[in-house]
Amino acid sequence: MADLTKEKISLIISKGSLDGVYPGLIMANGARMEGIEVNLFFTFFGLDAVVKKTMDHIKVSTVGNPGMHIPTLMGMLPGMSGLATHMMKKQMDSLDIPTIPEFIEMIHDSGAGMYGCKASVDMFKLKEEDFCEHIDKVITVGDFYEMAEGGHIIFT
Amino acid sequence: MPQKTIAGKEVEVNEEGFLQNPNDWSKEVAKEIAKEEGLELGDKHWQVIDYMRSDFQETEKSPTVRRITKNSGINTKDLYQLFPGGPGKKAAKIAGVPKPVGCV
Repeated sequence: MADLTKEKISLIISKGSLDGVYPGLIMANGARMEGIEVNLFFTFFGLDAVVKKTMDHIKVSTVGNPGMHIPTLMGMLPGMSGLATHMMKKQMDSLDIPTIPEFIEMIHDSGAGMYGCKASVDMFKLKEEDFCEHIDKVITVGDFYEMAEGGHIIFT
Repeated sequence: MPQKTIAGKEVEVNEEGFLQNPNDWSKEVAKEIAKEEGLELGDKHWQVIDYMRSDFQETEKSPTVRRITKNSGINTKDLYQLFPGGPGKKAAKIAGVPKPVGCV
């Protein structure tokens, strides 16, 4: 069998909705479980998943999200996003999928590297203390490509 | 299914080397599979293996990595260090339970 420890993937998480964050986290965790080296790069609204203030308040987007199978006008109603988020979280919990803060900690503990995007950090005027403790550091796009060298890159 | 001799015992394994019959498992078998995986089993390894076997007996399913770290007393960091290069699969193989099914 191929030596999987030699493989590497680098995932970019760029969206700040529940459905934007989870797929990347599941892919990252799954890769670690297979012994694949992982880097996670949080950029733009994806940073919400690793900023202390927002990481536990990530919601499903019900507007402009055809996958929700509800008309956009209904999705706009107050509380719709909260309701959809509540339902999805309940479903995920029953499948033993961790919450975002727990997932971030789990992936960090599994040995994945976690980085914030410098351009986004500057744009949102974030400081080091705004991040959860599991972020290794804030890096530039150039640093990211250097880190990703020799492996696959997945953008989510 | 391929046959294999592990710890002097003829056992049936699948193409990935997982035991097909849970009754073929013994501590000696576990030690030998671990050796093939490049591991020397210590107390913490056994803690994981014992948990996996008892959970499998109860639920008839192999525990996932998250379940192991939640219930066995071994945390994520340690689990990855104990079974490098694929904790869920490697531990399951040594514990003589099927490969865990699940994405988390």
